[in-house]
Amino acid sequence: MTDASLKAVSTPSIPDEPRTTAKTELAREQLIRYSRQLRLPDVTAADQQRLLNTRVALIGLGGLGSPTALYLASSGIGHLTLCDGDNVELSNLHRQLLHSMADLGRNKCDSAQDRLRSINPVLSITKVPEYLAGPVLDTTIASCDLVVDASDNFPTRFAVNASCARHLKPLLSGSVIRMEGQASMFRHDLLHAPCYRCLYSPDEDNLFGSCDGEGILAPVAGIIGTIMATETLKFVLTGQSSLDGQLLQVDARQLNMKLSLLRNDPSCPTCAARRTSP
Amino acid sequence: MKVKVRYFASLRDKIGRSDEQVSFDGASATVSDLWTKVSNIPASDSILVAVNMEYTNMNHKLKDGDEVAFFPPVTGG
Repeated sequence: MTDASLKAVSTPSIPDEPRTTAKTELAREQLIRYSRQLRLPDVTAADQQRLLNTRVALIGLGGLGSPTALYLASSGIGHLTLCDGDNVELSNLHRQLLHSMADLGRNKCDSAQDRLRSINPVLSITKVPEYLAGPVLDTTIASCDLVVDASDNFPTRFAVNASCARHLKPLLSGSVIRMEGQASMFRHDLLHAPCYRCLYSPDEDNLFGSCDGEGILAPVAGIIGTIMATETLKFVLTGQSSLDGQLLQVDARQLNMKLSLLRNDPSCPTCAARRTSP
Repeated sequence: MKVKVRYFASLRDKIGRSDEQVSFDGASATVSDLWTKVSNIPASDSILVAVNMEYTNMNHKLKDGDEVAFFPPVTGG
C-alpha cells in the first residue's frame, strides 16, 4: 500500500465514480475506513486483512469491555464473539459506553451488537448472552484466535484461564476498580508462559472488591480497556504484546504505571494441565 | 539489611504512606517478615508483591538493597 494509492481512495469524489463489483466496492470502502491506520508503517493492507480475518472472544461488556469492543470493532477485528449474561442497568451507563438509555433492560450482547454495527456494519458478531461456564465456555474459547477477559469476577476469570489453557489460546486479561487497574497477556499458546493462576489463587478472597461495592472512576476503565484494545491489535499484527508475561499496574490517582515480570509458577495446576494438552 | 518498600494504589491508602526504607537486624528475612513489620493487615496471599520488578510470593528471601513493591488484587471489569 503506497501513500499515493491511499490518497487516491481518500478523495471525496469516490461516491460519484462508476460502480464496479460489490467486492471491489467493499474493498474500497475498507481502504477509506481504515486509511488512517493503514498510513502507519505497522499496518499494511495484508495486516488489515489479518485483522479482518481474526476472531476475538470478548468476555464481559461492561466498563472494560466497552472501550475494548469499540476499538476492536472500529479498527477492523472482523469477528467478535460477545459474551455477557447481564442486562443494561442505569448504574452501568456512567462507564459502560457501549450502552445507552434506550438499551435499559436489554441484554448487553444485543445492545453492544447494535452499537458496534452502527460503527462498522460488516462485522461478524456472535452473541453468547449468558455467564460463561461448562461446554459453552469451551466452545466459545476453542472457536476464537484470542480471548479478551473483561469480566468482573474471579470465578469467571479462573474458568476462562483454565479453558484458554485447555485450548492453548492467548488470553489478554484486564481488571479495574476504584482508580486502579491491571492488565496482562497470558500466552497459553506458549509452553512455559505464566498464566492467570500463576498470579492469583482461587482460594483468596481478602480485599477483593467489586465496582458495585468499592466504586470506580469511569475513565480509569477507559484507560485499561484502551490498553487492552491496543495490545490485542499489536498481538494480531506482530504475534506478540508488550504485556506478554508482564503485569501492568495502573494507579490513576497518582498517574503511575508499573510493569512487573511474571514467572511461570512450577506448582500451578493450570499450567500443568496445559503442558499435557494435546 | 535494608530494603526499599513501595505501596501501590489502594494499598498506599490503607498503609498511609507511599514508600519507605526498612531495616532488619538479622541477615535474612522473607517478604512475609517484611509485610508483618510494615502492616497491620494480616499476611495473606491476596497481597501481590514484586521484588526488583519481578512478581514473586511471600516466601521470597530478601537481600540487602532489594526494592519491594506491594499492590492490591483487582478483579472488577
